[in-house]
Amino acid sequence: MKMFKHAGHLFRLAAVFLVGLIAFLTLRTFLVPRSFGRYGHYRADAITEIAALPVNYAGHQVCEGCHGDIQDVKSKGSHQGVACESCHGPLAAHANDPASVTPAKLDTSVLCARCHQENIAKPKSFPQVKAADHSGGAACNTCHQPHTPAMNAGATQ
Amino acid sequence: MTITRRQLLILLPAAAVAWDYILAGTPEASPNYDMADHWWAMLIDTTKCIGCGSCVRGCQFENKVPDGYYRTWVERYHIADWEMEFPQVDSPNGGKSGFPPAKEAGGKNFFVPKLCNHCADSPCTQVCPVGATFVSPDGVVLVDQKYCLGCRYCVQACPYGCRFINPQTNTANKCTLCYHRITKGLTTACCEVCPTGTRQLANLKDPKDPIHEFLRTHSVQVLKPQMATRSKCFYYGLDGAVR
Amino acid sequence: MQVPVEGFMYPNEVELQWSVLIVLYPFLTGLVAGAFILASLERVFQVQAVKPTYRLALLTALAFLLVAPMPLQLHLGHPERSFEMYLTPHGSSAMAMFGFVYLWYLLAVLVLEIWLDYRHDIVVLSQTTTGWRRWMYRILTLGSTNISPRALHIDERAGWLTTVIGIPSAFLLHGYVGFIFGSVKANPWWSSPLMPVVFLFSAMVSGIAVVMLLYMLLTAIRRQPIDMRCVDTVAKYLFYTFIIDFSLEMLDLIHRIYEADESFRSLDFMVHTKLYFSHIVVQILLGTVTPIVLLAITQVAKLTELARKRIYVLSGCLTLIGIFAMRWNVVIGGQLFSKSFLGYTTYKMGFVAREGLLTAIILTILPFVFLWALVKLLPPWPEKASRAQAASAD
Repeated sequence: MKMFKHAGHLFRLAAVFLVGLIAFLTLRTFLVPRSFGRYGHYRADAITEIAALPVNYAGHQVCEGCHGDIQDVKSKGSHQGVACESCHGPLAAHANDPASVTPAKLDTSVLCARCHQENIAKPKSFPQVKAADHSGGAACNTCHQPHTPAMNAGATQ
Repeated sequence: MTITRRQLLILLPAAAVAWDYILAGTPEASPNYDMADHWWAMLIDTTKCIGCGSCVRGCQFENKVPDGYYRTWVERYHIADWEMEFPQVDSPNGGKSGFPPAKEAGGKNFFVPKLCNHCADSPCTQVCPVGATFVSPDGVVLVDQKYCLGCRYCVQACPYGCRFINPQTNTANKCTLCYHRITKGLTTACCEVCPTGTRQLANLKDPKDPIHEFLRTHSVQVLKPQMATRSKCFYYGLDGAVR
Repeated sequence: MQVPVEGFMYPNEVELQWSVLIVLYPFLTGLVAGAFILASLERVFQVQAVKPTYRLALLTALAFLLVAPMPLQLHLGHPERSFEMYLTPHGSSAMAMFGFVYLWYLLAVLVLEIWLDYRHDIVVLSQTTTGWRRWMYRILTLGSTNISPRALHIDERAGWLTTVIGIPSAFLLHGYVGFIFGSVKANPWWSSPLMPVVFLFSAMVSGIAVVMLLYMLLTAIRRQPIDMRCVDTVAKYLFYTFIIDFSLEMLDLIHRIYEADESFRSLDFMVHTKLYFSHIVVQILLGTVTPIVLLAITQVAKLTELARKRIYVLSGCLTLIGIFAMRWNVVIGGQLFSKSFLGYTTYKMGFVAREGLLTAIILTILPFVFLWALVKLLPPWPEKASRAQAASAD
């Protein structure tokens, strides 16, 4: 007991540490997010939050729901594998409320070149041209209908 | 049957806990989606890529990716002759506006789209100090934007360079495999807008998935296999020079 | 965001992730670990000659430890979320252990050891000072004024035990930083089992050097004679530790050059161009080889006291610059090259910015301000202590 008499200060220090530890553990139960640890070492609610983010591309099936006539034409041409929004841009807003968003008219002289401008790194079998030599500067839809681009299918203009 | 006050005192807190658990939410924001039925992957057929950059733009529009940062990008390779260890690579703005004409004629040239590999043994989730980035039960590597501290350790740990810090949120950011789309039966934005079918989403738990079948019957590669990350972004026709 | 890029880098790699603040953090914790190891030389290994530096080394370690989390907080995207490391530390992440290792070392080692060693002085000062100082010391006594020989003996034994636990704790405090870098398989400049060991030995070198310099400086300011036996011994330990540190770094270098794996060409080019000044000139030649040669001279030649003092000061300063350069070369160097091994970027360091050079300078000066305050609060000088004792005897 004599040892404890002279070690009183160490016990006081230990008490301070113990109080701190208990305070930390108590605080922790309030601060750790509820859903943490449900599936792994993360906040499970994050999955819900990420899954609830807004969609901007409607997806071609949605477009085809209303624009079946265009789809009929397109499905027979070489652009059948190209999704509508690949050229027309994100249109989920238009699909949700067609009157609220009118898709912009596209400029074929800019749009088509992105895929079809000749480049040595593109697969040889892919249809590509040097626009200047090919059409002398005329817009692509002078001769090609984008939804069914083969030459004999006729033009849009 | 009457409930005594004592029984009520026990039942009420128990009910509160149970209700709380229900309120804490189900993981899927959309009905008919079960995480347990899915193990997501992607197949990229580099023999078809035309470097149009539609995927980069599509991803940016869909996910509001800030300029100068890329959740996906396209690289162009030029290999002069046989020397595989010295390719010339460029990726102007990640390939967002396509590619300019090549500087050198001849040689072997091709495009390689890149994105988060959604590794099954992901080194980025291993190093996160707080559990803000994780592999979801359906195989998608995600970042919890509300929990991330922005310490950047995960960005350092990714061998593929697919992570960045979003300057608006100051948190780690990367391809989410359009989790908000794939859980609703849609495909990813990049796969949707790819005009040549280079990029295709796959569910490896679906035995009838055509990509799953492709992986079983064709020679496929992954980036940096020596890193042993069990990458789930598979490439068909990946040249040995690709970094 | 126009950063000059040479060759090809993955688009997201162009901007550096970890700035000069992340260079500063291991430098600061290295000084903490090194200063503590020097203090432990006397306490555990009974090297009596270095006793004059004992208390100063502890206070130096504390001053630097208090500043150490600041560069980290300033660097985080969300510093207000940093407490999450205490709530949900991720067991597989070396970084997650920071919060606990730091707290353990601060409280269970450093503060405890300082308190145990100073307790007698604190009790005396709580009875002899007035005003707010008196209240400060009274709080520090935790209400116990027992400074009987028996109590002091218990303190001495407890302090010894704390130092014994403190040595591996100091290794952990700084070693884990080396592991944070060394375990990143994605980065070949960092990924190495040698990394924690190199970090640790360079930490010991820098810590010993800073205490040696501070002791000489503060003793000169107080117009007291410098205990040459002490300083000669400290310099000797600096020399030995430096030899080990240099050997480890050379081993890493030679191993890389010999194996020449896929990353070697790119890294070699980087060291010869972008890192030439900071790595070859500052870290190796000025910061390692020169101090080793100078210290070697003092070990083999019989030099006058003045010559030795001058060499110690020069070596100490060059050492600190060299060790800072080492941290720079590891952290910044590891981000200058592309993981495609096909290109390089540039580090654009701001000046007046959250992670800029001015911030780094302020954070480097701040520990000395804290040290000044600690020296005033807990004087480490023997004659001051005996004066306090004499005052209490009145």
